[in-house]
Amino acid sequence: MNNLEDVILEYVIAEYAEEDDKVTYDTPLISGGLVDSFSMVSLKRFLEVKYKISIPDEDASPEAFDSVNKIAELVLRFTSKKQA
Amino acid sequence: MSNIGSYDERVKNFDWSISEKELGYKTGDVINIGWYCSNRICEMGKGDKLALLWENAMGEEKRYTYNDVRLCSNGIGAFLRRLGLKNEDRVCLFMDRVPELYIGLLGILKIGAIAQPLFSAFGDESLLVRLENAGTSAIITQRKHVSKVHKILDQLPNLKHIIIVDHDGKKELKEREVSFSMEAEKAEKLEIFPTKAESPSLLHYTSGTTGMPKGVQHVHYSLISQYLTAKWVLDLTGEDIFWCTADPGWVTGTSYGIIAPWASGVTQVVLDAGFSAETWYRFIQKHKVSVWYSAPTAIRSLMKAGEEIVKHFELSCLRHLVSVGEPLNAEAVVWSEKVFGLPFLDSYWQTETGSIMITNFPDMKIKPGSMGKPFPGITGTIVDPENHEPIIEPGIIGLIAFRPGWPAMMRTYWKNEETYKGKFKNGWYLPGDRARLDADGYFWFIGRDDDIINTAGHLVSPFEVESALLEHPAVAESAVVSKPDEINMEVVKAFVTLKPGFQVSEELELDIMNFIRKKLSSLAMPQEVEYVDSLPKTRSGKIMRRLLHAKEWGEELGDTSTLEND
Repeated sequence: MNNLEDVILEYVIAEYAEEDDKVTYDTPLISGGLVDSFSMVSLKRFLEVKYKISIPDEDASPEAFDSVNKIAELVLRFTSKKQA
Repeated sequence: MSNIGSYDERVKNFDWSISEKELGYKTGDVINIGWYCSNRICEMGKGDKLALLWENAMGEEKRYTYNDVRLCSNGIGAFLRRLGLKNEDRVCLFMDRVPELYIGLLGILKIGAIAQPLFSAFGDESLLVRLENAGTSAIITQRKHVSKVHKILDQLPNLKHIIIVDHDGKKELKEREVSFSMEAEKAEKLEIFPTKAESPSLLHYTSGTTGMPKGVQHVHYSLISQYLTAKWVLDLTGEDIFWCTADPGWVTGTSYGIIAPWASGVTQVVLDAGFSAETWYRFIQKHKVSVWYSAPTAIRSLMKAGEEIVKHFELSCLRHLVSVGEPLNAEAVVWSEKVFGLPFLDSYWQTETGSIMITNFPDMKIKPGSMGKPFPGITGTIVDPENHEPIIEPGIIGLIAFRPGWPAMMRTYWKNEETYKGKFKNGWYLPGDRARLDADGYFWFIGRDDDIINTAGHLVSPFEVESALLEHPAVAESAVVSKPDEINMEVVKAFVTLKPGFQVSEELELDIMNFIRKKLSSLAMPQEVEYVDSLPKTRSGKIMRRLLHAKEWGEELGDTSTLEND
């Protein structure tokens, strides 16, 4: 699995979803209560380890982590920066 | 004019009978919180009044009048009785903030059983130790949380019933599972169990420094404190729309998120969604919240979101703001006054006290950063940590102390009378916090007197996290302390040594973090794991958390004479 969104989605489902939680690319993760602010730290750490990036705290807002698609955008922003 | 009027006058003329009279209670009467929070309000002619307005993350709403709450809680009580549950059986509530959680608590109390609310984000290990300790007979939960219960079911022979409130019939019910629909099971009649003042009502678990969580046992008479503190501190009136943002898995969420507002006949609103400033402001605007009881972590998160976003919402409905859970920093008080035109008033209490103890009152001079003054009828002071004598001189740091005897005070720790007795010294109850008094009698919070970590208002035991860390295959030794955090005040940090054959890596750190999150809870998850070659220990081999804590907080190391290899 190489697609960024798919990798994140799979991780979110495996790590944070409870039985019967339906998670899609646009499911609200933070505002929907699936991932709380404490768990967001481990999700951020996963992204940093997996994609070898560093996401500053000011960019790791609940809004930026609120869906798989938004997280993918954030990761792309930092992986592009790294390449540049 | 606020409900309390003059604080000084209230202190002079105080008697808990003020609350008893307002609630129509006399010594020796039956007192059942479930009845007071539903049937009594209906008997007062307010059955059609809205009791609960619930909204979830998708914006779906459910509304319950006081008569609905009466019928639904009767139905839950009747259902539990049909399962064979009786007075003083422990019934756990393990749910997100769904209506069944709020109304379920009343149903449990109505049959005289003991309600044991647990935070739904708890992992299976956290759940196990609490259910095992309480000898819980039944758990009311949602389908999404059932798998956690099944993981530990073999170790819980006393747990006879897993009651699922949202069973859709798609999957067959498993061992010990039973389906329950609150809407379908409404009951006009239920014989209320004749609980008395000292009958047990709730069992809330709180973290201990050196042992496993302690079950704090409360009684039905706690209502007397909870009702009057809500009236005089939260300033609740019949016209208010009240929002308590605390989860009923914790004591604020039951004392002031269920019992006090409903015993007062107030309309309360509940948001079953995660935090975002926009979501919260929209919720306040939409439901015209007038009294808001929240926590410093949430307030600091709102501060971080900025002032601009506030301008997009009509929040003039707010008239009174109160905070609880951690000390409220002066900046947050000043900020809320600037942004909302109202200061957040800090209040101080804990699971064991059951109701607000020290607080800032409406119409009283606010000193931003101060905890305020004791509630009338509460004798509170600062005592010397050594001889436990009151410290008369202002400005000296000591231990917060209360004279026992207020109605909502815990009656014991479940199966742990020895620890309970240890909380009293020289005739004072010691909550375990340090503070100082100023010349005007205001209390100023300093910090905990033990190693307990207060993260976002929730207490986490370092011992519990350290024990869980040792179950990770890579961890040889561990020590857990708090580290400063801008939003949560403190977060959990772990120091670990690794077993031979394991290498330090970022992947391993993430694995350890997730291991704790799933086993205990996200609150207990270390936000940072630091690998060390060895942990500081005394010559007798005891890990010196104190030194690690001092390092994290940039404090003096203090006495290191007992340090091994020093």
